[in-house]
Parts: sequence; C-alpha cells; structure tokens
Amino acid sequence: MLEVKDLTCGYDSKFILNRINFRIENGGLWGIIGPNGSGKTTLLKAMTKILKLRKGEVLFEGKNILKFGFREFARKVAFVSQSPEIEFNMTIEEFVLLGRIPYRRQFQFLESKHDEEITEEAMILTDTMRFRNRLIGELSGGERQLAIIARALAQEPRLLLLDEPTAHLDITHQIRVLDLIRRLNRKNGLTVIVVLHDLNLASEYCDRLILLNNGLIHKVGAPQEVLTYQIIEDVYNTTVVVEKNPISSKPYILVVSEEEKAKVPR
Amino acid sequence: MNKKPVRWLICILILCGILLGVGVFSLSVGSAGIPFKKIIPLIFGGRGTTEYSILFDIRLPRIILGLAVGSALSIAGVLLQGMFRNPLVEPYTLGISGGAALGVCLNIVLRLNIIGGILSIPASGFLGAIVVILAVYSLSARKGILKIQGLLLTGVMISFISSSLIMLIMAVSRAEDLHGIIFWIMGSLEEPNLVLIKVIVLISAIGLFISYLFATELNALALGEEEALHLGINTEKTKRLLFILASLLTGCAVSVAGVIGFVGLVVPHFMRMFVGGDHRILLITSALAGGAFLILCDTLARTIISPLELPVGVITGIIGGAIFVYFLSKKQVVLGGKQ
Repeated sequence: MLEVKDLTCGYDSKFILNRINFRIENGGLWGIIGPNGSGKTTLLKAMTKILKLRKGEVLFEGKNILKFGFREFARKVAFVSQSPEIEFNMTIEEFVLLGRIPYRRQFQFLESKHDEEITEEAMILTDTMRFRNRLIGELSGGERQLAIIARALAQEPRLLLLDEPTAHLDITHQIRVLDLIRRLNRKNGLTVIVVLHDLNLASEYCDRLILLNNGLIHKVGAPQEVLTYQIIEDVYNTTVVVEKNPISSKPYILVVSEEEKAKVPR
Repeated sequence: MNKKPVRWLICILILCGILLGVGVFSLSVGSAGIPFKKIIPLIFGGRGTTEYSILFDIRLPRIILGLAVGSALSIAGVLLQGMFRNPLVEPYTLGISGGAALGVCLNIVLRLNIIGGILSIPASGFLGAIVVILAVYSLSARKGILKIQGLLLTGVMISFISSSLIMLIMAVSRAEDLHGIIFWIMGSLEEPNLVLIKVIVLISAIGLFISYLFATELNALALGEEEALHLGINTEKTKRLLFILASLLTGCAVSVAGVIGFVGLVVPHFMRMFVGGDHRILLITSALAGGAFLILCDTLARTIISPLELPVGVITGIIGGAIFVYFLSKKQVVLGGKQ
C-alpha cells in the first residue's frame, strides 16, 4: 500500500531524515517511535504532500504521491495532526463535515445527503454523536481528539496517519483513542500509521514498529523485536527494565531513576 | 441538519430587506426632502421633473456606488481575515489603500488630471494600488511560497511608507491641491461618472462570485494552512488567488471612492457574530451588510449638517466603531464564530 524509497528530506540546509526505506502492507497498524527530534513527525509528514523531499519517493498504491491531485490524495489519506489549534468555533457536526471537503465538486456549496450520512457514521464510530451540537471550544482534550479523528474518518481514507494522538490526554482517553484506532484497523480494514511517544502504548497497540534515531531507521519489526533492553538503551541513552505484559504478552518498559540505579550493583 | 440552508436563506432575506429599507430611506432624505409617499408616483410619472432628477440622477447613483464599494470592501475583509486567520486584518492593512492614495496624490500635485481628464484620478489610484500589490506580493513570496506572516508585515510596512510619502507630498503641495488631497483621502461617494459606477458595480459582483467559489477553501483555511492541505486544498494557489482578488477589490473601491475605513474590518466581524464563521453564508451576508452600512453612513454624512457634507469615512469610523465596541462588550467574540 505504501512504500517509502530512499527518502531524504529536511528543512533548509538541515537534514532530518536520511535514506529511509520501508514498505507497509494493506491493513497494518504501524507505529513510529523514537527520541525527541529523531524525525518522527517529519517522516509522517513526508508521507503526505506537505514536505518536499530532497531525494527518494513515497509511493501510495504504487503511484508517487506527488502525482496525486490534492483532493484525490485527501480522499485516500487522512492526517490527524498533533492538537491543531481550532480558532474557528463551530459545532462538532460542522467540524466533522469539513472532512467531506475533498469530495465536494466545483459549484457544489451544500453537503449532499451522502456527505451527511458518512459524517454521521464517522461520529457514531468515534462516539462523538453525543456532543454533535456542542461547540468545539467547549470540548475537553480527549473529546476533541475523538472529533478530529471523526473528521479524518469522514474523508473515507484508506490510510490514516496520526501524529501523537494521545499527547496531553489522561490514561482513560489515551486508551479510548487507541482502542478506537485499533478497532478501525481491525474491523474497518483501515491501514494506520501512528507516531507515538509512549513506548508502552506503542508496544501494546501496534503490529509493527519503526524506531527512528537521528533521522535514520534504527530498527523495524514487531514490538518484541524492537523494544528490547539493549536497543532502548542504545537509542534513548537510558537504562530501563523490559518486562512482559502478563495479559497481552507484549513487552512493557519500566523506567529506573538515577537514584535507584545507583543502588543496583552492576 | 437540513435546517442550515433555510436559516441561511432567512438571513439573506432579512439583509436584503434591510438593504432595501436603507436604500429607500437614503433616496427620500437629503437637502431637498422628498417624502417616501412621493417616490413611487415619481418613478412612474415624474420623468423630467427636478425631483425625479434629484432622485435618479443624483441620489440613486450614489446609493448604487455605496452598495458596490461597501460590498467590495466587506468581501475583501472577509477574504483577508479568513486567509490570515487574523481578526485585525482589513483591506487597508496590506497597504493597498496607501498605494492608491499615493497615486491620487501624485496625480493631483503633478496636475495630471488637467491633462488626463477626470478619469485619470481613479486610474492613477488604481495604478498605485497595483504597484503596491505587486510589491507586497513579490517581497513576501519566496520560492513560489507565499508566507502569510511575511505578507502581513510587508503590507503594514508598505502602508507606512506610502502614508509617509503622502504626508511629504502634502507638506510641500499648494493650498488648493491640499484641499483636493484631503477630500479624496477622507473618502466620498460623490461620483459623477456613471461609467465608473457601472464598472465598480460589475467588479464587486464578479468579486463576490469568484470569492464564493472559494468559500469551501476559506472554511478549510480557517483550520490552518496545514490542515487545509490535508483536506485536499491547494493552499498556495488559493492564497495567491485570494490575495489578488482581495487586493483588486480594495484597489477598485479605493480608487473610485477614496479611503473609506472601517467597513472592511467591522462588517465581516459583525456578520460573524450573527451568522457564524461559515464562509458560504459569511461572504453573501457581509456583501449585503457592507453595502447597507455604507449607504446608511453616506446618507448620514450628507444630511447631518446639510447642505454641507461630512466625509463618509468619518461616519463609518464613528458609527462602526461604536456599534462594534457595544456588541463586543455584550458578546464574547471569537474569530470565526459565535459563542
């Protein structure tokens, strides 16, 4: 579905990503992880039409993404940004309806019946129907994130890209958002690539992980392969304990403070 | 969900009613008072009388010009505020009016209007506006990408430069020219040339039509440029087109009617409070309300101390500012929406 070939890009004279290569199959749930400044968000944005690549190409369903028209691309790939500021005060329903913009024809100013049905479906899936008539400014962070995902779903994408969708959310909402993402992936067949900061959430929810370090791919694989004690220590430069989640059998990472670390004889 | 178009239609009808009311009021008041009752008989059988000629040769063209200029400025205001996501931007922020005013000042001081005829004044205003538009655009576009903040800052700076140049010209100009410059700068809807009125009406109508085609794009841009891009909007093309459209509308309005401030700032805000931030309704209602507002202000400007006439820009500033501050204190205003 998505193939990144020899991708090199950056801002001005600085290179952020260097020679990135990977391939994502239809229906996968992929996570991008890595330390701050390792190029996670940049990589995600390189898969949209936002960034100009220095080298390499990104193919979506075999076709270079630059060859897609803007609207055509937005009908296939939706992007959920890291808490975008929404100054425009509108109801949730109006906000989700904006996701239908890629489908609007020239001289079509009102939403069609079909647009409204898709919007409603997106709101039902994300459990945002309850507050469809509330203003976006009145929502809590978690509810807002769900509304933003609903808008992305209204685009009826085949690929959903999310940039830290759980940032600033409490644990309940983190899990609600990620459960929703996984449901969309498993039940609705949506391919998902999500940038996550939290390694435990990435481990628990993603099928495959891409670990970035200094703009290079350090490791790609299943959580068990990527999230090992040795790799985390190398990339994050910190000591951790990696255990196995007794319920899901996925790796989970325990942090150790400097003070505690000093007590352990090596 | 389907109530929205109905609600929008009601808003438009109400505003059309207000516009009609203001138009009729403006027709019937003035230094020669013509009661409302007499207007209808005059339309059908008054041709040739003095009153008929006052109504249809003097007042009506003025009303039509007010509608066109008010609409043009308001549409430009909506476009720029939407595009910059900044509630303080107005058509004059980008220095376009400054450029037009500079063009006119040069025309008056260099006495070009004596050689070029009366149409040379709006022509030089328009030329000035075009020069500024090109300057602002080329200074803020880098590698084909229009930086919104850069555009704003460049516009403000060019605006300062042109107003300083105007002051310089005023300081060294002859007394009779000075009067002409000041009168023009303060703005007036007195325009004897019917062709020019027709041109500006046409331009406003085309401007409204084209900007309406971009209503969806403007709605998406309200979420930010990047978000708009994710929704499939070609933001670079849209920004460029909207900037040029807003500039041309402002340039035309200013070169015909002078610098009439506040309409382009206040009317879009005011409409946002009532109809919300959706550009599909905001553009139409702002055009109608801008027209009605300017006609009303012009009517007051020519009747308050009749037979003398106040500059209409003064009235728009005072009334617009006062109404706006009043509503601001009543309602929390958020860019793009009501709360």
